[in-house]
Amino acid sequence: MTTAVPVIDGWFTIDEPPTLLGRRCTECGTYQFPPTGSWCPNPGCISEDMETVPLSATGTVWSYTDAQYQPPPPYVSRNDPYQPFAIAAVELEREQIIILGQVADGFGVGDLRVGSTVELVVEPLETDGETVKLVWRWRPVVSGEAGDAR
Amino acid sequence: MSGDVAVLGVGMHPWGKWGRPFVSYGVAAARAALADAGVDWKDVDFIVGGETVRNGYGGYVAGSTMARALGWNGARVATCYAACASGSAAIEAARTRILAGLCDLALVVGADTTPKGFLAPNAGERWDDPDWLRFRLIGATNPAFFGLYARRRMDLYGAGPADFAAVKVKNSRHGVHNPNARYRKEVSAEDVMASPVVSDPLRLLDICATSDGAAAVVLGSAAAVRKLGSAARVRIRSVSTVTPRFPNTAVDLPDIATDSAATVTAPAIGFRESIAAAAYEEAGLGPQDLSLAEVYDLSTALELDWYEDIGLCARGEAEKLLHEGATTIGGRVPVNTSGGLACFGEAVPAQAISQVCEVTWQLRGQAGARQVDGARVGLTINQGLFGHGSCVILST
Repeated sequence: MTTAVPVIDGWFTIDEPPTLLGRRCTECGTYQFPPTGSWCPNPGCISEDMETVPLSATGTVWSYTDAQYQPPPPYVSRNDPYQPFAIAAVELEREQIIILGQVADGFGVGDLRVGSTVELVVEPLETDGETVKLVWRWRPVVSGEAGDAR
Repeated sequence: MSGDVAVLGVGMHPWGKWGRPFVSYGVAAARAALADAGVDWKDVDFIVGGETVRNGYGGYVAGSTMARALGWNGARVATCYAACASGSAAIEAARTRILAGLCDLALVVGADTTPKGFLAPNAGERWDDPDWLRFRLIGATNPAFFGLYARRRMDLYGAGPADFAAVKVKNSRHGVHNPNARYRKEVSAEDVMASPVVSDPLRLLDICATSDGAAAVVLGSAAAVRKLGSAARVRIRSVSTVTPRFPNTAVDLPDIATDSAATVTAPAIGFRESIAAAAYEEAGLGPQDLSLAEVYDLSTALELDWYEDIGLCARGEAEKLLHEGATTIGGRVPVNTSGGLACFGEAVPAQAISQVCEVTWQLRGQAGARQVDGARVGLTINQGLFGHGSCVILST
């Protein structure tokens, strides 16, 4: 029996609907991702009180590319032979932050445009024995099938 | 600023895939720079090395590794690491020590031996290292970031693969005339567009290789210049090693995310543009003063971004500037007369120093078939991952 776990702890949730987890300063409201700092990154704020918050689950494509050659370790390819995948940099409007991620299975650069809408999904990055390691990905929103609009 | 720092000598070891220890290239470049300056190594009172992270402990302490290789002479020593900006960080360490009156003759050396293929992070499980995480979680190589920037030019400004290829064609024509370049062959637009896609929209020939190589400069104080009794010297007018300002909204290597601009308004100019702005301000010069520029063409498309970042043209107009021939030798402001990374491939700790070597040769009128007529002012620019600006302005 296989179990599915996030490839990294504390960066995203895996129950439906999944979200990225960021930090937000309780003093000035600045967001941060990855959620690794325990103080506010704003140089005008000395707060050390950062709360964990879910980030917007839809965003706008800032740019996109793909990986036609297998990236070197520590990247682990799920497929042999290697299957190229796409990468998108996505701007979240409320948080005013751009977050990179792979593009969901079945989609490539031809499905994306600067300014187009994508939504967050969680999919397998690799399988390690009985454990499926999940990662966040960006999936293009086909018109008429809008994601969870805020 | 009272008393500019002089570039007394420059030297390089040719770029290639030679497979020898990085120290051997560094010694060759250092000796060439010392000979060019007419300076005896035993008179150098400060040596600074650009660190290489791929060559063991000797690379981590590159300054002392070079000092030992040249024969211990008792000089003060430092080693600088700022990724691709390591060379200019090292130059800045030497320049500021000279300006402080703490030394008269400084030797700056950068050398690298690189592995084949993609640059990869250090080994091990490094869950707190952003450079490791971007490979582990996303498979985002350096070319993937270059691809993101290139695609933005296409979707925002209507650039296309032919525009990117034209950068490579230009630089290959420049590099043909450079004995230190690794690739000395003219490349056609068809060659570029027939090469395999690495990270869409960029193809193999749009992206720079990694190389072995070394570069060195000898810097001197006003007193050293007087003592050497030489007349025309190239001067360093400014060095910009700035960091970004919060919030840094540019997607930058190696980060998975930008800063958030939700509560603090983003600066009026982005990070790359701010690197040049600080150098212009310190030098009291502007883009209109440039005779030439050496910019960090990690990809063909990135060279076009730099045209705009250093103020050669407005946003979205770099392709026009390129096709007008302005950035070709013989044009208004030639860019990458050395052939750039397109012809060299990247030897990380040496690269920013090699840019200064090229501008120095140009300002002295010693660039041979790639000479820019009447060159008076030159700018070098690059950027090291993790927020390292790198820009040097030199003049006659």
